[in-house]
Amino acid sequence: MTDAPPLLEFRNVWVEYGDKVVLERVNLAIPARAFISVVGPSGAGKSTFLRLILGQEAPTRGTITFDGAAMPAECGPDRGVVFQRYSVFPHLTVIGNVLFGLECAAAPVLGRLFGAQRRAALEEATAMLDAVGLSAARDQYPAQLSGGMQQRLALAQALVKHPRVLLLDEPFGALDPGIRADMHDLVGGLWRDHGLTVVMVTHDIGEAFKLGTRVLAFDKRRHDPHAPHRYGATATYDVPLLRKTAPPAAGPDISPESA
Amino acid sequence: MTRLINLRPGRRGRIMAGAIPLLLLALTYAVAAALRHADNPADKVLPTVFAMGAALWRMATQIDPVSGHITLLADTVASLTRMGAGLLLATLTALTLGLLLGVLPIARAVLGPVITVIAVIPPIAVLPILFIALGLGEAAKIALIAIGIAPYMTRDLAAHVAGLPAEQFIKAQTLGANSWVVAIRVALPQMMPRLIETLRFSMGPAWVFLIAAEAIASDVGLGYRIFLVRRYLAMDIILPYVAWISLLAILADTLLQWVARAGFPWAGNAGHGGAR
Repeated sequence: MTDAPPLLEFRNVWVEYGDKVVLERVNLAIPARAFISVVGPSGAGKSTFLRLILGQEAPTRGTITFDGAAMPAECGPDRGVVFQRYSVFPHLTVIGNVLFGLECAAAPVLGRLFGAQRRAALEEATAMLDAVGLSAARDQYPAQLSGGMQQRLALAQALVKHPRVLLLDEPFGALDPGIRADMHDLVGGLWRDHGLTVVMVTHDIGEAFKLGTRVLAFDKRRHDPHAPHRYGATATYDVPLLRKTAPPAAGPDISPESA
Repeated sequence: MTRLINLRPGRRGRIMAGAIPLLLLALTYAVAAALRHADNPADKVLPTVFAMGAALWRMATQIDPVSGHITLLADTVASLTRMGAGLLLATLTALTLGLLLGVLPIARAVLGPVITVIAVIPPIAVLPILFIALGLGEAAKIALIAIGIAPYMTRDLAAHVAGLPAEQFIKAQTLGANSWVVAIRVALPQMMPRLIETLRFSMGPAWVFLIAAEAIASDVGLGYRIFLVRRYLAMDIILPYVAWISLLAILADTLLQWVARAGFPWAGNAGHGGAR
């Protein structure tokens, strides 16, 4: 879609567990500021695909390049994630959850900030809470929040680190339809305003087309009825939704690291 | 017709229902003691409530001419000191090892089997070794309590940490946490409510080990006293002492429950993970 080098590139990537092939021949280039929706039946390797980008898993064969360099095989702060559940820390307050990422970066030994550093971090975290509409719940614990509010918190927690890629693993799967629509508006807005690159795995095709600039459908291209595990899945459909390409740096971009 | 499983007593009903067996027990004892005393006024096996009260009063107020201390007070202080030291040692060990084993797969691979082996050794069987190695003083008694409960607590805490949702560990890493920060800011705080819980479960065994160690080699302590006066068939002292030990155990449990409620408001009723 753009001439710039892709942020993420998959070259002939295979993932195998023993003799079970999960992903085969995945060739993809994901440009910065794209919103990729990933759909497909259960067991088609959507989550494996996400774990590859997250660095939780390494490919059996093939290469993944991230920002021009080989993908590190470990999770790092350049890739944020929101899971369907358990994304936030139950023992930290709302503000504490957002503060956590800032504290990790600045205080690798104590894991806590003090004085002026803490005040600056608090200010940043508070601004992030405002952006997701959680200012009123600042001092509550996650157990006191609704499912939708917990996912808003998980987004704020990830975005405060200004990740190069934001990964969403069925983030709205457990929410009521009404709340889900609100969350779509929120995520769409954050994507546009912060110039994010998003990869979202979802079961909801409507959601995939509503939010994405490009929809990837994962499925098995070949099928052996006697040994179904011997063929892996790949992106069988790759649908660019051109009418919704990301506007170049529209609105205030508060992400300092992004080029 | 209402099924039996759906009949629930109210608050007052529950208190009354719970009091009935206790009252029956007390009444049975009083009647049995009275019957034995009618037969033989010098009976020592089932002392009357008054005799026990008098004995307890004597133990709790009069200074023993031999030791120069009030016996009940000296016994209680000695036993609680040993208990406290043993629990503290076990808690620190279990917290450190549990965190290590729960967070680091390498530590689990290296230390897991050893701790499993140590956990199956009956602690009382080790007591002679402790007496030989550490002498007959306080160290051996404290060590018995710690060795008796620390392996269980360690395994329980390690399992709790390992059972925390994997998403939390991934999320912490994507937020830039190193292994150390994951341990002290993600795992350790979430271990604390479980620590109180596992400490509560360990209190029963801890009392057993304390009383066993005191019975075998000691010169002061609640367990020592019970086994000492057994030689004189002094049930009027043994029974109040047993009641006093039980009361101390209940107080300790209540205290731990209060700490759990006051200290960890986020834990609520939600079990593992909590966030839902």
